[in-house]
Amino acid sequence: MNLFLATLLSPLVGGLLLGMINNPRLAARINIATGVSTFTFSLLLAIQVLDTKSVDAIDGWFHLDAYNVFLVALTTFVGMTTTIFSGPYMRHELEGGRLDLPRLRLYHSMFQLFQFGMLLGFTTNNIGVLWVSLELATLATVLLVSLYRTPASIAAAWKYFILCGMGIALALFGTVLVFFTSSAVLGHGNEALNWTALYAHAAELDPAVMSIAFCFLMVGYGTKVGLAPMHAWLPDAHGEGPTPVSAVLSGLLLNLALYALVRCKMLVDGSTGTDMAGHIMMGFGLLSLAVAALSLHKQRDIKRMFSFSSIEHMGLMTFAFGIGTTLSSFAALLHMTVHSLVKSGIFFTVGHAAQAMGTQKMSEIRGLIRHHPGIGWGLLIGTAAIAGFPPFGVFTSEFLLFTAALESYPWTTVPLLLGLLVAMAGLFRFVQPMVYGEVAEQAVQVHVNMLPVYVHFALALALGLAIPGFLAGWYEQAAALIVSGAVSGGGA
Amino acid sequence: MSASLVQQLIDGLAALMLLTSFALLAQHRMLSVLNWFAAQGFLLAATAAVVAYGTDNHELYISAMMALLLKGMLLPWLLWRVIRKLRVHREVEPLMNSTLTMIIALGVTLFSFHIIQPIEKISELMTRDSMAIATACVLLGMLMMITRKKAITQVIGFLAVENSLFFAAIGSTNGMPLIVEIGIAFDVLIAALIFGLFFFQIRTTFDSLEVDAMNVHLIHKDDDE
Repeated sequence: MNLFLATLLSPLVGGLLLGMINNPRLAARINIATGVSTFTFSLLLAIQVLDTKSVDAIDGWFHLDAYNVFLVALTTFVGMTTTIFSGPYMRHELEGGRLDLPRLRLYHSMFQLFQFGMLLGFTTNNIGVLWVSLELATLATVLLVSLYRTPASIAAAWKYFILCGMGIALALFGTVLVFFTSSAVLGHGNEALNWTALYAHAAELDPAVMSIAFCFLMVGYGTKVGLAPMHAWLPDAHGEGPTPVSAVLSGLLLNLALYALVRCKMLVDGSTGTDMAGHIMMGFGLLSLAVAALSLHKQRDIKRMFSFSSIEHMGLMTFAFGIGTTLSSFAALLHMTVHSLVKSGIFFTVGHAAQAMGTQKMSEIRGLIRHHPGIGWGLLIGTAAIAGFPPFGVFTSEFLLFTAALESYPWTTVPLLLGLLVAMAGLFRFVQPMVYGEVAEQAVQVHVNMLPVYVHFALALALGLAIPGFLAGWYEQAAALIVSGAVSGGGA
Repeated sequence: MSASLVQQLIDGLAALMLLTSFALLAQHRMLSVLNWFAAQGFLLAATAAVVAYGTDNHELYISAMMALLLKGMLLPWLLWRVIRKLRVHREVEPLMNSTLTMIIALGVTLFSFHIIQPIEKISELMTRDSMAIATACVLLGMLMMITRKKAITQVIGFLAVENSLFFAAIGSTNGMPLIVEIGIAFDVLIAALIFGLFFFQIRTTFDSLEVDAMNVHLIHKDDDE
């Protein structure tokens, strides 16, 4: 499994290397090279896994199936485009004096270590190692959020650290409870924490313990997903950190937490044989949608506003996974993909817009289209895409989600539709005055790189128009896997 | 040592664990909080060692060693150095409404026994009685994080939660597999180092270690005016 090792280790090697490089131009290039190589390896790996259905690597310590290899490819892709975006963006921050060289070095190094933590979490077969890697990715991003050392960014990083530390501690307690019941079945060893072994023996796990464990896991990982009412850290962390970090937080880290939650749900379903876990997830999902849609309207900071939109979409995905049918899981996976693509694209655009206007306050950002058509149109198109306008992929996935909800729980379509409408109104209420009209006085010309944004939006558009056959097959495999709760093929 | 003696020893250590959790919650002098935290680390190591002896589990001796070095010595020493450098070691932290906090803490403890006792019965481990106490300690640590106003005591609350989780793992399963234990210990160590850095940044930026002084910078971001 050399491809797998190459995928996993390139960000680690890149991160360690970048920790020693002071030259900002060289560091940016190495950062991009690391991103590109990781993505290339993961793509080859994904093709291999698609052929063979599932792969175990390194004595079963790692397990790849349709569900996680798809997320690995998505993570490395968004990671790669973020490195491309962050080159000119971070140079501008450096020239503007918001950063100095040692902190830029910290940024590059931590960014790649974050990628490593993400990939480790997605691919590990061990529920305990998953926890460790999620914590690792969190610690790396804590340092990234406080990168600017402004009072607000330090306060935001502290809040992020404390709240997520608390959340993730609950998740660890849930993991201990899982081990408590699984070690009675599978013996006291690593075996009892392996997804593959756990799924195979899910029915033998004690349902009472698993129910309590799920409550802890739900609140714990749910905090990291950014579900209401545990979402308080998310807008601050997104708003105060550097924009590339906001993009990967929203586009990637939340996905890892949701991935962990869904894996746990599959296990609990297998043990209890009821819809308890799904119903809890649906409840949290709907609540997040409602809270985020309403909070959107109260925002003044552009990055905070879009971070509430992330809470809204994570709520939708949690809801969709909670329904638990093949169709809804398909919709959730598709939604995960398009949300990651579109939202990170939006954050790239927002970063450029904030640099051009010299502020993140929405009331002072005016006339983006006239000032710089690329940024202006990018923001408008991105907002249309994330609000769920056809023909973008978000529309397709939301449509599928509605169909799934209508099949299983018809009454939920009313709050769903209401939440989406309120959120859409909130987005356009703020975005319209920012893109149209006269240019704000303080606007400056900045060097922008819109290529990653266009690539992201084009992919989201393509997914909306027609999902390529191989990708649809992939989603179907993954959705079937999630519903059946079994890890296909190989195993322990 | 006979099995019943080991079991009594474990139960005694569990009771002491609960005592340290309550003490952490109630102490308001910075140095006393730190001393209780260190005591908790030693208790953890002792518990792990006794369970390792009782179950003849050699991996657990390594866990006990790690707990002793990391949680009993290294972390308290690091924190002690930080508070000396920040010159807050003599500080007294006013507790808000300590009677109410204690009543809530009692409720939390009863709640833990209520939810955990039914599932304790399915276990055949000699350590199973300590599970409810471990759960209570986790929740008490969280209560400490909520009720404290200073960054340092919040962090001690966080580390106390980690301690209780380690205790829960020993009590319910005789310890997680070693590789996971090491991963968790590594994360806790990194987290503690980052926390340490943060103290100095917070102090220089806000001229205070009060959490409220920080949150002022975030609160105005929500709402109109």
